[in-house]
Amino acid sequence: MGALSRARGSSLIFEVFRQEKKGAAFAHAGSVEAPDATFAHAYAHEQYGRRQESEALWVVPRDAIHEVHDFHDELHQTYHRVDGYPLKEKLRLARERAGGTAKSVDALSAGGG
Amino acid sequence: MSEKVQKIVEIADDELILGWRDSEWTGIAPSLEEDVAFSSIAQNEIGHARALYELAARELGTDADTLAFDRDPGEYLSAPLVEERRMDWAHTIARHFLYETADEIRLAALKDSDDAEVAGLAAKMDREEQYHRLHARMWRDRLQDEPRFVDALEELWPAAVAVLPEELRPQMSERLQLDLPSNSLLRGFERGSHSEELRPLLDEMTMVRRSVPGATW
Repeated sequence: MGALSRARGSSLIFEVFRQEKKGAAFAHAGSVEAPDATFAHAYAHEQYGRRQESEALWVVPRDAIHEVHDFHDELHQTYHRVDGYPLKEKLRLARERAGGTAKSVDALSAGGG
Repeated sequence: MSEKVQKIVEIADDELILGWRDSEWTGIAPSLEEDVAFSSIAQNEIGHARALYELAARELGTDADTLAFDRDPGEYLSAPLVEERRMDWAHTIARHFLYETADEIRLAALKDSDDAEVAGLAAKMDREEQYHRLHARMWRDRLQDEPRFVDALEELWPAAVAVLPEELRPQMSERLQLDLPSNSLLRGFERGSHSEELRPLLDEMTMVRRSVPGATW
């Protein structure tokens, strides 16, 4: 069996994460199919970097990624969540309590809510 | 044409013609990823050609497009290695690998040039070429035991040596651990002679430009 057919037979998927600017978080950009990490590196470099759109890339074999997706909530444990605590309502009440001198509260509501 | 300008145009012609030949794989490379990568490399080569033509054009009092597209086939200074029409993948990779090796040696010499502008451009090109070399070497590593690839390397070796001026050829031989070809093997591949494929290539490459002579595109 030739190298070319071996390459077809053993292709791997690598996920590519792209950093747009220095210090920015890496975000998933897509994937490349390649026979090994060296090919994946070269392919990712051309596919996600040739337009100078990336500061850096992470090229990760898909097998190395552990997907976690079972998030049951049979007992409705809503206390883990923050959506039960609307800030707007609290601010409205605070405003009422403060009466006419609510300037500082308005400043608060501009940033929150 | 001064020796300096001649050297720049030689390299520019190599990069333009090889970039064009490599782009013949666009759409039909062995995998989608390879298609994108090889096409991108081909574009880079043409980008290098443009930068070199601009440099030469300033010295010659013309512009890059005129240099790139308006000469007769006999006036091109490209090496026959880069002129051959698209070959099979084994030959394409063998040519790519051999050319990148020669180009690395040539650029290293150019980086030491007394001319600051030439040295600076060579350094810039060399940074991009590092990725071409990574690509060429990974394919060489992958195909090195394939008889078709081994045959292609052997077949293209004399033409690849002829890409370099004589004084740089021993480095090429040392780097690849291959004996320098005899002068009789080199004949026909030396710069100044051209493959029969060059004229049809130039006809095709300049077809649109020639369709409206003198137009501003």
